[in-house]
Amino acid sequence: MLQLLQVHTKYGQVEALSGISLEVRGSSLVALLGANGAGKTTTLMSISGILKPSSGKILFQNKDLTQLDTRKIVDLGIIQCPEGRRIFGNLSVKENLRMGAIRRKDKRHLDQAFARVFEIFPLLKDRISQAGATLSGGEQQMLAMGRALMAEPQLLLLDEPSLGLAPIIVDTIFEVIQRLKREGVTILLVEQNAHLALEIADYAYVLEKGRIVLEGSGASLRSNPDVERSYLSEVPEENL
Amino acid sequence: MSAGEYLLQQILNAVSIGSLYALMAIGLSMVFGILRLINFAHGDLIMVGSYTTLLLLLGGTPFVWASLAGIAASTVAGLLMERFAYRPIRGAPDVAMLLTSFAVTIFLENLAIILFKATSRAFPVPALLNTVVSFGNLQIASLNIISILFTIILLFLLTLFVTNTETGISMRAASQDLVAARLMGINVNRVIAAAFAIGSFMAGVVGILWSAKVGKVDPLMGFSPVLKAFVASVIGGLGSIPSAVLGGYILGALEILLQGLLPANIAPFRDALVFLILILLLLFRPNGILGSAEKEKI
Ligand SMILES: Nc1ncnc2c1ncn2[C@@H]1O[C@H](COP(=O)(O)OP(=O)(O)OP(=O)(O)O)[C@@H](O)[C@H]1O
Ligand SMILES: [Mg+2]
Repeated sequence: MLQLLQVHTKYGQVEALSGISLEVRGSSLVALLGANGAGKTTTLMSISGILKPSSGKILFQNKDLTQLDTRKIVDLGIIQCPEGRRIFGNLSVKENLRMGAIRRKDKRHLDQAFARVFEIFPLLKDRISQAGATLSGGEQQMLAMGRALMAEPQLLLLDEPSLGLAPIIVDTIFEVIQRLKREGVTILLVEQNAHLALEIADYAYVLEKGRIVLEGSGASLRSNPDVERSYLSEVPEENL
Repeated sequence: MSAGEYLLQQILNAVSIGSLYALMAIGLSMVFGILRLINFAHGDLIMVGSYTTLLLLLGGTPFVWASLAGIAASTVAGLLMERFAYRPIRGAPDVAMLLTSFAVTIFLENLAIILFKATSRAFPVPALLNTVVSFGNLQIASLNIISILFTIILLFLLTLFVTNTETGISMRAASQDLVAARLMGINVNRVIAAAFAIGSFMAGVVGILWSAKVGKVDPLMGFSPVLKAFVASVIGGLGSIPSAVLGGYILGALEILLQGLLPANIAPFRDALVFLILILLLLFRPNGILGSAEKEKI
């Protein structure tokens, strides 16, 4: 479904991605792991067209995304739920969700999209007219994911959905991720919490300084001693 | 005139001048909210609208039509400014954008000087805007009433727009987080153009009211209003519409207050005092009255 071929992305002169190749098959859940600054967010932003790769190809259903505007990429059904949630704090929950559906032409089905998001995250319904900024961290993450779901993604890009959340909320979020997967949504999940991610991933890549250094099925990486040493032995600082 | 009447009179003066500052500050603030650009050329939109109106008036066009054309000219000028001056350098460092806005100002002002001479011209004010209405002992300039009414109507419409339309909500979203807005698929170009159009429209309205107030137009007439609008939006907290409006009215009140309190020989330094108060305010509330520290990206 999605293929990255030798993607290089720079910030000014500094190369953050040095030739990344990876593949996400339809209806699968692929995890992208790596330490701080490895280039995970840069990868997702390159896919979404916020950053333009200096070379390489990003193919979605065999169509090259690298020259496309973010809006057109959204239209193809590639939706990103960004790192740090980035909800619109001054907008109400409802307005936030409405922004998620902004590119949908079939406005008649908007009610259905709202109903689906509220079914997945019932908490949001109680907060519907509250400003995004007044939500708790966990609620904000739900809102960010709900906002992404409003677009009915074909491919959902999730950037560290567990960042800074209490374990119980993380469980909720991961249950939702698995549910979406069951419902056929293809997911590229960026995580520092490698334990959790590898448990639910069909396949995973490990990034280090802008390069893929390891890849394999979720199970095989979990039992890989290198991964064990670098990513599984300690909980990343933010999640303490 | 009793003390109560005097107070009421001064409040009306403050609200009326504050209304003009508020309308100007909104335009400045909306653009800043999305682009981090302080568009100093915003003041020149007043000049564009006022000269257009003046020329049409001199050609015999009735005041209402001439004003509408003037407002339209301001709006178009604002859109052109965005398209040809600011869009090409979008994403450049803030300083580069600020310098570009100075360049646009210098360009427009010199163009006006070439076309219309550097001297000021009388602005023929129609009777409707030039009468004094008496309520008992109270003497109110019709222009003040009209300024306040128009501002109320425009603020009402703007509120409807930003809370009820998709473009309006997108505009608020984009001013909070431009990248997140793009990730939703929001058409940033359209949102930015809409912000410029609305701000320029309001500058056009201010242009007519301002020209009627001072009774003349000149190529540099936008300078003082844009400076006032800048102060107003900084007082309120740059970047959001309610802050801009609040800042506009506070500045209006401050000016009228100083005018009433200061002895006649200090009154000319009123503006300097206003800036002093602004500096003091910023020492205590660097993000303005409504701005909060973590709302960096309003
Ligand atoms: N806006 C930027 N300008 C310059 N360099 C940047 C920028 N954003 C990221 N980088 C650099 O690019 C590299 C990759 O960053 P990226 O954000 O993709 O990492 P990450 O894997 O998402 O890390 P984290 O787990 O901390 O989110 C880092 O070295 C980072 O310093
Ligand atoms: Mg990241």
